[in-house]
Order: sequence, then C-alpha cells, then structure tokens
Amino acid sequence: MMKLAVCLLPLFPLLGFLLNGLAGRKFSKNIAALTGCLPVLASFVISLCLFIQLLKGEITVITVDCFDWLQAGGLSVPFSFLIDPLSSVMLLVVTGVGFLIHVYSAGYMHDDEAFARFFAYMNLFIMFMLLLVLGNNYAVMFCGWEGVGLCSYLLIGFWFKNTAYNNAAKKAFIMNRIGDLGFLLGMFLIYNTFGSLSYKEVFEGAGRFTSGTPEITAIALLLFVGAIGKSAQIPLYTWLPDAMAGPTPVSALIHAATMVTAGVYMIARSNILYALSPAAMGVVAAVGAATAVFAATIGLVQNDIKKVLAYSTVSQLGYMFVAMGVGAFTGGIFHLVTHAFFKALLFLGAGSVIHAMGGEQDIRKMGGLRKHLPVTFYTFLIAAIAISGIPPFAGFFSKDEILGYAFAGNRLVWLLGILGSVLTAFYMFRLFYLTFSGKFRGTETQLSHLHESPKIMTVPLVILALLSAAGGFIGMPAVFGGTHFLANFLSPVFAEGAQRLSLPELSHGMELVLMAVAVFIAAAAILYARNVYVLKQGVPAGEQDELPVLHRLVYRKYYVDELYDKIIVKPLMALSGVFYSFLDIRVIDGLVNFSGSLVLKTSSVLRKTQAGTIGFYVFAMVIGVILVLLYNIMM
Amino acid sequence: MDNFQIPVSYYLVLSVLLFSIGVMGVLFRRNAIVIFMCIELMLNAVNLLLAAFSVLHGDTGGQVFVFFIMAVAAAEVAVGLAILIMIYRNVKSTDINILNKLKW
Repeated sequence: MMKLAVCLLPLFPLLGFLLNGLAGRKFSKNIAALTGCLPVLASFVISLCLFIQLLKGEITVITVDCFDWLQAGGLSVPFSFLIDPLSSVMLLVVTGVGFLIHVYSAGYMHDDEAFARFFAYMNLFIMFMLLLVLGNNYAVMFCGWEGVGLCSYLLIGFWFKNTAYNNAAKKAFIMNRIGDLGFLLGMFLIYNTFGSLSYKEVFEGAGRFTSGTPEITAIALLLFVGAIGKSAQIPLYTWLPDAMAGPTPVSALIHAATMVTAGVYMIARSNILYALSPAAMGVVAAVGAATAVFAATIGLVQNDIKKVLAYSTVSQLGYMFVAMGVGAFTGGIFHLVTHAFFKALLFLGAGSVIHAMGGEQDIRKMGGLRKHLPVTFYTFLIAAIAISGIPPFAGFFSKDEILGYAFAGNRLVWLLGILGSVLTAFYMFRLFYLTFSGKFRGTETQLSHLHESPKIMTVPLVILALLSAAGGFIGMPAVFGGTHFLANFLSPVFAEGAQRLSLPELSHGMELVLMAVAVFIAAAAILYARNVYVLKQGVPAGEQDELPVLHRLVYRKYYVDELYDKIIVKPLMALSGVFYSFLDIRVIDGLVNFSGSLVLKTSSVLRKTQAGTIGFYVFAMVIGVILVLLYNIMM
Repeated sequence: MDNFQIPVSYYLVLSVLLFSIGVMGVLFRRNAIVIFMCIELMLNAVNLLLAAFSVLHGDTGGQVFVFFIMAVAAAEVAVGLAILIMIYRNVKSTDINILNKLKW
C-alpha cells in the first residue's frame, strides 16, 4: 500500500502531462487547468501522508524497488525510490509550492493560446523533480536531473516565436550540460570506487575511507561541478538571469523554488562524501560565498523586476552552498525550504505586477502600485522582509543559522555572508519601493489598466505569504527556546556527516550577538533604501544616461556574458567554422561525393558492354562459365 | 558385362566435343536457326553423357532424365521455332544481330 503510494507520486504528474500533452488542444481552459493542477495536488497529499507517518515514527525509511533499470556486467541499477526525512521535506516543497504555482498559473496564463501545453510541461517538470528527489541511487537522480533540465529548456523557450527567448533556453540547456558532465563523471568515479550507485552502498562504503582521500575529494568536486551548473553558481550562473525569458510562474517554480535547489539537495544527500573531504567543503563554501556577494552586487542595479529576483536567487543559492560548505547541512536545507516560500512568493508577486502592468517589467516605469494592488503589495512586503532576514520572518532563522555556522567555521565566509545580506536587504527594498511606493511612472494606458489580480492568483500569494512569515518556526533555534524541529527531523540523514565533521558549537551569547549584528545592518540597509527611493524619490538612470564607471560595470553584469562570449563562444564558433569548412565540406562531404562519383564513372565505362549485342552476352556468359569451372578445378 | 564394352571415357570425350561444337556454334554463328540447332546439340551432348553414366552406375535415373530433357527440348523447339517464324515475318531475316533493338 505504502509502496503503491510512493510509485504514484511521480505517476500522477506524468498522467497529467500525457493528458494535457496529447489531448490538451481539445480541452477547454478549465479542464486543462484542472488536469494540470489536480495531479500535483494528489502528489502533495501523498507527500503529506508520508511526511506525517515519518513524523509519527511509524516508518523511518522506505525504499521501493520498481524494476531493474540497467543491468550490464557487474552494474545493476534498480529503478528504486527512497523516502526518508530529507526526501520527504523536498517532496513537500516540490509538490506544495508546485501546486500553489500551478494554481497561480491557471490565472496568469489564462490568455495564452498554448495553455494546455504549458501545464503539460509543468507537470512533466514536477514528475522529473520528484524522480530527482525520490531516487534511491545516483542514476535515478541523474535521470530526474536531466529531465528537469529538459523541462527548464522547454519552459524558458515556451514562447518559442521569440528568438531571444529561444537563445536564452539554449543557453540554459548548454550551460547545464557542462555541469551535467561533471555529475556524470562523478557518477562514473563513484561506481569505480564503490562498485555501486545506490546511496546506501556508497555511503556505507564511504565510511571506510579516511578523511581527505583523493578519490572522495574528486567525487565530491565532480558532483559539485554538476551542482554549479544546475544551481547557477560562479562560473556557470549566467544562464539563470537569462532564464527569466520564460513565463513568470516558470521562474517561480523552476528557477527559484525547486530545480535550481537540486544541487543543494544533491550535496545534502551526499553529505558523508563531503564530510570526508575538507578540501571539497572548502571549495563549496568559497564558491557559495563568492556567488552570494557577486550576484547580490549585480542585483543592486538591475532595473528589470525579474532580473533583480534572478540575481537574488543566484545569491541565495550561494548561501545554501555556504551552508553545505561549512557543514550546516540542516541549515542549507532549512534555507532551501524558506527560500522556496519567499522567493516563489516574490516571483509570483512580480508576476502579479507584470500582469497588472500589461507585460511591463521595468521598475523605472512602475511606482505607486500599492493602492492598485493591495494584496500583492502586502504579500510582496512580507517576502521582502523574509528574504532580508528580519525576525521573526522565515528568512531570518535560516539565514542566521547559516551565518552562525559560517562564523564558527570560517570568519571570512561569515563576513562575505553578512555583506551579502546587507546587499540583499538593500536591493530587495530598492525593488520594493520602486515598484510600490511613490508616484506611478508608466503610461496613461497602463495606469487605467492597473488592477489587482484575480482570486486564483492572489490566494496562492496569501498562502505563500503565511508560509514565508511563519515558515521559520520549523527551525526555531535553541537560543529562543525552540527545539529546531527540522534539525531533529533530518538528523538521521545528516548524523553521520555531522559526526565526522564535529562542528564547533557557538555559545548562545555569541549566537545572539551575531543575530543582532545581522539584523541591525539589514535594517540599516532597508532604511537606506527607504531614504534613497522613498524620501528622495530616486529613480534609477535611464537606458541612455551616462553612468559612472563602477555603476556601469555592475549594471552590465561585470561584462561576464561578453567575456564568456569572447573567450568561449567566439573561439568555439571559429573552431566549428574551421571544422565545417574543412572537415565537413572537404573530408566528409568529399568522401560521400567521391563514392558517388566513383560509382558513376565506373558505370559509365561498364555500360558500354551492354550494347544489346546478344552474341557478346552469350560470349561473356560462356567465358564466365569457363572461369567458374577453372576456379573449381584449381581449388 | 563383357570385355567389348566401350570405356566411359570415350563417351565423355564425344560428349565434350559435341558440347563444345554447340557452344562454338552459338557463339559464332549469326543465323538463328543454326544457333538453335547448336543449342539442341548441347542438349543432346548432355543426354549422351547422362545415358552413359546411367549405364555405368547401373542406375536408370539418368535415362529417365534423358526422357525428360527430350520432352522439354521438343516443347522448347516448338516455341523457339514459332518465335523464329515471327521474327522472320517481321524482319525478313534470321540474323540475330539485326535483333539488337532489345535494349533500353
């Protein structure tokens, strides 16, 4: 019964995908929306039941072997699922937030002609994401990993008539491939080292290695390359801001709440491997911290509402990797969960704003939306406070847990984390004030068109706002008299990794001081943003305006895209040009044309023998017979 | 049998000679009727060989084959001559080199 339920988890969205994908054209919009939302709801209900059973302790771990997937030589990979506290938390996030976003999409995408196709892709995405978090071995995880990449591609390029969107989709797909190569190599190395891909055997095998073994470090680093690609860290982060070409619910679901956190999940899942490799942990923390600050600085000056949120996502993912890198596995997953709530809310709120503005995404043309979009305004405010780390909203608890561990582990990482959180608070409230306060800066038509979104869109916003406000209490630290429910719940998964790391404990007093520092400077950043954008009514410079050098550098995203274009894309294009004009045209085409012309030339000689003279035919036949006879005699 | 029996090699040689004459005729003569007769000659060379081996091995199967070949050859001659007559009616000749229009 339980096993059936687990198997049904990914099958429901698959069914939704098949129905909407194959017969969607015939469905009315309401039917298509129901076909899209109900399977996700069903999966959510199952996830909730599993979660409750785990919580009550009725079950600890379930593994479900569906069938033998790969069987070759010594390699045997069953298609099996694993339910444990970690995957259960991920299931709740994916299906829960996923369901809310599906409902929202039913309103947001209502006027799109490819409505059913949208839901088909979204369901396919949920299916692959469930495979990713449910997999009981690296192969099934990889299957989901690739699948979500595919769905991301399909949904970024959802409006495929626009070339720029298609290019963004291709960029995302190709950059993910680079990371996936790392994941794949890591998988090969895991198989080579442990002789198996299943989590249980790998982690038990890893227990026999001592800390710092080169194989383990190599595996951890290769897997991290995969995570870099999927979770948009330096140096492979540039696809994520471009991925905002997709519809806004897609940005919320795939490029904020779920898919991009897959890398974090993967590292949390492999926590023992990382715990055994201090070097890899160091790299993870360094990349995470660098990304957290780097992306946040770019977010400071962007003027596209979704671009700001995209860089914010990259930055917050950096925090999660910092958590992984300093050994705060629970903290990372905690931040993943709270981030899923408030970032999905921010994106959906942005979607609501864009909806009201008739497709306008430039915050310089917004302003004063507070009275027109009250629900969006309040929910967006809650999310902005949550992400800025102001207590008692969700982001505060998760971010401060990470910063606490970072402080205990490495002061420099902590400093970068604090810097990132100042920047986060500033760009978030810059976005917030420019959008909602002051006077409206758009056109007259836009002003007359302004309206609050329909119920179907605002209800998910309100639910997510409640989660963003209260979600932090699942990880209430001991210093506030909490028990940190999430840490206890996840402890079976992280026990071994944490035990090997033997993390230093912070005293409660120190913890409080750190929290006070973080909150104080975040509040200062918010007040500064208020000063600049509310009191002084500042508006970012227009597209034509001359910017100071540093500002222009950041506004142009440090010219990283241009740099990649110069050092990677252009040389690759030139190289493929050479291959095309030489290898393809000369060698390959040459061979093909040569074989064709050889046949043609030979036959033009031989056809002269077929002149219709019967005598010659008979003669040839006799000669042939004699030759055959001679051959037989000789042999 | 007795000592006056002709050795089988004689039959072989005769048969090869007849067959070769037939082949040469088919190859080098241009008159369709002569070619036709040469084909018959080849058939009969084979018949001779079959009969000779049949006696040598004391197996009547070979002679049965000879009868079959004769019957088939007779039928073939009937059809072939009919074709020849039609050709002659059309081109007033039995020279096969005139019939080189049977090509694409």
